[in-house]
Amino acid sequence: MTRDFTTDEALSPDYEETAERVDYSFGLKRRSFVQILSAGLLIAVSAPALAQRRGGRGGGGTRSIAARIHLGKDGTITVMTGKVEGGQGARAELSQAAAEELRVPLSQIQLVMADTSLVPDDGITAGSGSTPRTVPAVRQGAAAARDLLLDFACKRWNVDRNAVQLKDGKVTDAAGQRTLTYADLAASDDASKALEQPIPSDVTLTPVKEWKVFGHPASRPNGRDIVTGAHKYPSDITRPGMLYGKVLRAPSYGAKLTSVDLGPAKAMKDVVAVQDGQFVGVAAPTAFLAEQARAAIAKTAKWDLSPHPASKDLFDYLKQHAHDYPSASPFADELAKAKHALRQSYHVAYVQHAPLEPRAAVAEWTDGKLTVWTGTQNPFGCRSDLMRAFHLSEDHVRVIVPDFGGGFGGKHTGEVAEEAARLAQAASRPVSLRWTREEEFTWAYFRPAALIEAEASLDDKGTLTSWHFININSGGSAVDTPYRSGKTRCQFLRSETPLRQGSYRVLAAAANNFARESFMDELAAAAGTDPLDFRLAHLENPRLRAVLETAASRFNWKERASKKSPNTGVGLACGTEKGSYVAACVEVGISQGNITVRRVCEVFECGAILNPDNLLSQVQGAIIMGLGPALREEMRFENGEMLNASFRKYHVPRFQDVPALDIHLLNRPDLASAGAGETPIVVIAPAIANAVFHATGFRVRAMPIEVPKL
Amino acid sequence: MDSKITFTVNGQSRTVATDPQRPLLDVLREDLQLTGAKYGCGEGQCRACTVLLNGKAVASCMTPVAEADKQTIVTIEGLASGDKLHPVQEAFLAEGAFQCGYCTPGMILGTVGLLNELPNPSEEDILSRMQRHLCRCCHYQKLLKAIRRAAGQTAQSAAPK
Ligand code: FES
Ligand code: FES
Repeated sequence: MTRDFTTDEALSPDYEETAERVDYSFGLKRRSFVQILSAGLLIAVSAPALAQRRGGRGGGGTRSIAARIHLGKDGTITVMTGKVEGGQGARAELSQAAAEELRVPLSQIQLVMADTSLVPDDGITAGSGSTPRTVPAVRQGAAAARDLLLDFACKRWNVDRNAVQLKDGKVTDAAGQRTLTYADLAASDDASKALEQPIPSDVTLTPVKEWKVFGHPASRPNGRDIVTGAHKYPSDITRPGMLYGKVLRAPSYGAKLTSVDLGPAKAMKDVVAVQDGQFVGVAAPTAFLAEQARAAIAKTAKWDLSPHPASKDLFDYLKQHAHDYPSASPFADELAKAKHALRQSYHVAYVQHAPLEPRAAVAEWTDGKLTVWTGTQNPFGCRSDLMRAFHLSEDHVRVIVPDFGGGFGGKHTGEVAEEAARLAQAASRPVSLRWTREEEFTWAYFRPAALIEAEASLDDKGTLTSWHFININSGGSAVDTPYRSGKTRCQFLRSETPLRQGSYRVLAAAANNFARESFMDELAAAAGTDPLDFRLAHLENPRLRAVLETAASRFNWKERASKKSPNTGVGLACGTEKGSYVAACVEVGISQGNITVRRVCEVFECGAILNPDNLLSQVQGAIIMGLGPALREEMRFENGEMLNASFRKYHVPRFQDVPALDIHLLNRPDLASAGAGETPIVVIAPAIANAVFHATGFRVRAMPIEVPKL
Repeated sequence: MDSKITFTVNGQSRTVATDPQRPLLDVLREDLQLTGAKYGCGEGQCRACTVLLNGKAVASCMTPVAEADKQTIVTIEGLASGDKLHPVQEAFLAEGAFQCGYCTPGMILGTVGLLNELPNPSEEDILSRMQRHLCRCCHYQKLLKAIRRAAGQTAQSAAPK
């Protein structure tokens, strides 16, 4: 199998976990900025920042135990991580990791997350990376601290390791007479020196069969603060003397500000207004007044508009602008001699993450140092952005990420922090900036739209003999087929993107699986084979087979697929991404062109299960979230303006959309744990599309799925 | 022009001098530091901003503060009595009915408002009433469990002994 990408860059796993940056550079004229750059003065700042972006995903590198764990003399145990909590469950899971290895009750762990001046850089929180990379990093640090306690006890009592036992945070000697705790270790003379040691790479982690914390449900440690409203989200942070900001946005994509009069805003009592190049914003004692000030200067602003493609022409545009589009089919011979040769195109629309908490930041300057509280999935990346925008060194910027209101891959950037910081600088007061829903739907980034072309051939036994698959614009995640398919080429081609685009839960794997699994269904029909049998006949991977076979049998696929009942259809799909495996069978009802997803049976496997409750939540959430782009969600735009930048016009899943769910989590304690927040989404759209065909005979080749009214 | 508006919030009388057109949501969050009510859309589409106005769940982003004059408001901060959580909060905590939790205060107050009106709601009552509340983490399954659990409790305590 060959795997082609248009550029080397695309091979980097980081490629898709980024989003187009808003390149703010404040306080310098563009020309001088460029001059400084070419003179090399800024390189010292941006080169390490770049290195961090590229290398900082896993939290590797040698670190001291103290950088990860602080043991208090009062018995408190504080664990530090650069990961963030946006609802995906990292706080519970990383607390479990520490508790497991330290052998203390979960409730004893205090987890400090994502404060760049306190925690190690564990990289961006994305790509299901916390489970395979940060969990082991935290476990190693905790296990090293545990070994210190054991050594300390052995030394103090002059006994050897097998004469002591560690349980519930206490070491006990063989006779059960003497005990020592982490507090005793912390109070000992050489504790700080011992903790300054690097975490040994050969430290022993607790084997799965001895797990006491992992593998059991762990609820969110700050759950009580969530239900009482006590938890402060980024948009809730309040600082003394704080103002509220608003930013003047362009009327359309690509519009350039030519002039604006800040006078009307400055004339308002207590209002601060600032222009710095294309950036224009205001700050006021209330958001209401700030909005009035923004509206007043918006009336004076003059813009140079630029042409922008419309969403109705999107897929032609992507194809016309595709880089290195192949001039001919690579497997023309196979197609010529095939029993069946099929070729189809699939469209996947731009969608928005629409986390319930829009982007928000509070910025505060003290003595030339900047502190920002913001909801970002990339705290250290955000710090780099702020350093670059304000020409500051690392020790002058602190980014703190309170647990925030949802990300789904949509908060990898720090633009709101930069904007708040610029306003705070102008106001000489702390400023809170909270994007509106409309801003979020217009100026945040989007899941890339995809045009996917697939071509395949079958021999007279119904076996695939060739497979050519091209994803244009959306990305290379899961572009490779898991099926045995003869001569195979899978490609991702870049294109020009009309909208700002970036990561979204599972990246391009959703689009690629939609197209592949829909196409596989068409091929099965051409071969005259049941879609389940057709897949199994081409599938070797035992883990993928296992989830598919389990889902089919729980759903009673064979019997239900062979039955035809009016307005009802069943469909299935499977896929793998980020080291986890998923299959789903769905039942849909159709009337008057309306699709109702009645039942979803999904089987998911991600290795050894760490937190079964949270895993179930993630799978449920992914399935239901996936219904949106499958059935309704689609950004529409024309002349550079969004046509549906509101929850009134952009319809995300709600209570009444929830189907009957039969979710089965396949536990594989013998396998390494993979992240689980993303992959469960990939099978939803194709399974629905295939069910629509089963019910109506109409082939769906676009997300969102539309069926003609019959 | 600013007006003086007086209302009872979480059992305390408060007076603010402000533009009467400002949304109640902003006044609660910015003037009274009651940040439990959240902004999610500003147009009645998500109900993250839900508070109780005279016991009824309302979207505070759509309620000009003038409408709260001389009225009684309860926000998520005022729902528990001291350390004792309200039964709906208990139910949400017990079911783990949150992922990011940003929708939670609105969901809880929406449920309290529902149960104030219908102590024993049917499944359809729950679905049609809660349909206006958005959870972008799509945690609806566990939210429904928590709402049913809370409804079961109120139904029990409302039933004649
Ligand atoms: S913020 Fe009030 S309904 Fe969304
Ligand atoms: S839990 Fe995140 S929006 Fe509901």
